[in-house]
Amino acid sequence: MQNRIVVGAHYGLRDWLAQRVTATVMALYTVFFVVNLFCLPEFSAEAWRAMFSGGFMRFATFLFWLALFFHAWVGVRDIFMDYIKPVGVRLVAHSVVAFLLIGYAGWAAQILWRL
Amino acid sequence: MSDTTIKKPRPKHLDLRVIRLPLPGLVSILHRVSGAGLFLMLPALLWLFGSSVGSPEEMAKAKSVVANPLVKLVLFGLLWAYLHHFCAGIRFLLLDMHKGLDLPTARKSAGAVLAVSLTLTVLIGAKIFLG
Repeated sequence: MQNRIVVGAHYGLRDWLAQRVTATVMALYTVFFVVNLFCLPEFSAEAWRAMFSGGFMRFATFLFWLALFFHAWVGVRDIFMDYIKPVGVRLVAHSVVAFLLIGYAGWAAQILWRL
Repeated sequence: MSDTTIKKPRPKHLDLRVIRLPLPGLVSILHRVSGAGLFLMLPALLWLFGSSVGSPEEMAKAKSVVANPLVKLVLFGLLWAYLHHFCAGIRFLLLDMHKGLDLPTARKSAGAVLAVSLTLTVLIGAKIFLG
């Protein structure tokens, strides 16, 4: 391929597939979350907090956030590729979003492992 | 393409005030809009989640913020955004697997996505905000 765009979609199956895999992970987690919510003995702040401090729930919730951030990366990048045409502006926008999402992942870890 | 193909002049409207989107098109653009909205509000959602499982002080602070009707309205919108993105996403996954590709079915499933996500938004929203 001759006219590759540096900030393009990397011309591959990988991100397309990742979007679907992360979507499936989030959909399964959503069902798992709702089931857990209905299984709570009472709907209180303590019960809500205790739900997330359970070992498996904490891990699953962290995976959900990671899947969400990766999913958001592909989705937002696709939106930028549709509407932002100048390569320089697009590169800056992509970088800002990528770093933001990495920061959010750290934030999510801090929230969950503080419990 | 062969030279004998006659290019049929088709009306082309890119004017948003002229375009009338069919239901599947509406679901598609709302999937994008809801995704963008959720992305933009991620810091607020993370803060809210962190506060909800944080110390009693953080919890109280979050409660006072959510008590604001405007914040409630935004959260209501985000609830819809999540549910629409969820329902439309499942429809897209099924389409990827070549399920429901024919036009009548695709129209019906698009209508179902809009109806189910709006209904769930009202039900869950009422449960959360009205108790």
